[in-house]
Amino acid sequence: MEALIKKRIKQVIKGDQDAFAEIVEIYSNGIYQLGFRMLGNRHEAEDIAQEAFIRAYVNIKSFNQDLKFSTWLYRIATNLCIDRIRKKKPDYYLDAEVSGTDGLTMYSQLASNSPLPEKELESLELQESVQKEILKLPEKYRSVIVLKYIEELSLNEISEILDLPLGTVKTRIHRGREALRQQLRYV
Amino acid sequence: MKCDEEIVELMHEYLDDEIEPQNEMILRDHLKSCKECETIFNEFKKTIAVVKGTSRMQSPPNFTAKVMASLPKERKKVGMQRWLRNHPLIAAASLFLVLMTGSVFSTWNQEREFSVSKQENLVIQNDTVIVPEGEVVKGDVVVRNGVLKIEGEVQGDVTIINGEKYLASAGHVTGQIEEVNEVFDWIWYHMKRIAFEVVDIFNEGEE
Repeated sequence: MEALIKKRIKQVIKGDQDAFAEIVEIYSNGIYQLGFRMLGNRHEAEDIAQEAFIRAYVNIKSFNQDLKFSTWLYRIATNLCIDRIRKKKPDYYLDAEVSGTDGLTMYSQLASNSPLPEKELESLELQESVQKEILKLPEKYRSVIVLKYIEELSLNEISEILDLPLGTVKTRIHRGREALRQQLRYV
Repeated sequence: MKCDEEIVELMHEYLDDEIEPQNEMILRDHLKSCKECETIFNEFKKTIAVVKGTSRMQSPPNFTAKVMASLPKERKKVGMQRWLRNHPLIAAASLFLVLMTGSVFSTWNQEREFSVSKQENLVIQNDTVIVPEGEVVKGDVVVRNGVLKIEGEVQGDVTIINGEKYLASAGHVTGQIEEVNEVFDWIWYHMKRIAFEVVDIFNEGEE
C-alpha cells in the first residue's frame, strides 16, 4: 500500500494529475471522517477534506518522500480543521442535525415511513451524544481524541501529525479522555 | 476513600498500552480492593468503546471526482505525454512529423546568413553578388539571403535562396534559374536535391 502510494506520488510530482485520483480515493473516507468529527457537520467536513487534498496536490513537491504520506496528509487536514474551529462562528446546516450517523439526516428520517426499531434509535441517540461530547471538547483535546479513537492512529503518528512532543500528546489524550468520561459515563 | 492521582495515571498508561508489567499488577490489585477506582476504570473503558463505536463515515459520492475537478490545471506537456502513451501509433506518426518539420525549419532558420558559392570571378558587395559584364562564371552559382546581378555569363545553374536576382540584358545563364523564397519552396528544393543526389549515387554506382 505504501509502495503504491509512493509510486503514485512520484507520478503526480512528474505532473501526472490522474495519478492523484487514486490517492484521493484511498484516503477520502478517513479525511472526511476527521473533518466530520472535528467540525460536526457534513458540509464543512466535505469542504475541509476537499481543501486538504487540493493543498496536498499543490504542495506535493514539498512532501518528504521518506516519510509516511498519510501522516503528512493528516497534518494538512488537521491544521485546516483547527483553523476552521478557531475562526468558527456558530453556524448550522440543515443536514447537520443527526450527527454521528451514517448517511442519515433529518430529511432521510422524515422521509422514512416505518418508525425506527427501538434498538437502532437508541444507538442513534448514543451516536449523537458521543458526537456532541466530542464537539464540546476544546480543539486541542478534540484533535487528539479523534486521531486516536476515530482514526485509530498511534501516539507516535499523532505526535508527528500535530507536531507536538509525545508527552504533550499523551497529556492531551488523558485530559480528553477524562472529560469524555465525565460526560459519557451515564449514557 | 480518595485514591491517589497515581492510580488514575496508571489507568491512562494502561489505556495507552504503555503500562509496565509491575505497574499493571499494582493497578489490578488496587482495582480489586477499591470500588471507586474500579468504577472510574470501567467508565474509561466504556467511554473509549462508545467513541470507537461511532459509525464510520463514507465520503460523499463523487468526492474524488469533485477534488480532481478542482485541482489546478496540469501542465500541457504531461497531458500530451499521457495522450501519446494512449495513442502509440498516432504518437509515432506525430513524432516523425514533429522531427521532420523541426529539422527543416531549423535548417531554414540557420541559413539566414548571406552566403554564396565560391567562384573566383564573382564580385561581392555587401549582400549583393555580381557576375561582372564580360566575365564567364563556370559552375553552379548558389546565393543565400542575398541579391544576384547577372551582367555576364554563368555556365551552370543558378539558385537563389531567399533573395532576388536581376538578369541584365547582356547577362546569360546556360543552366536553369531557380528561386527559393518560401519555406515550402525550400522543402521542395531540398527534396529535389536529395532525389538528385540519390540518382547520382546510383549513376556513379553504375559507372
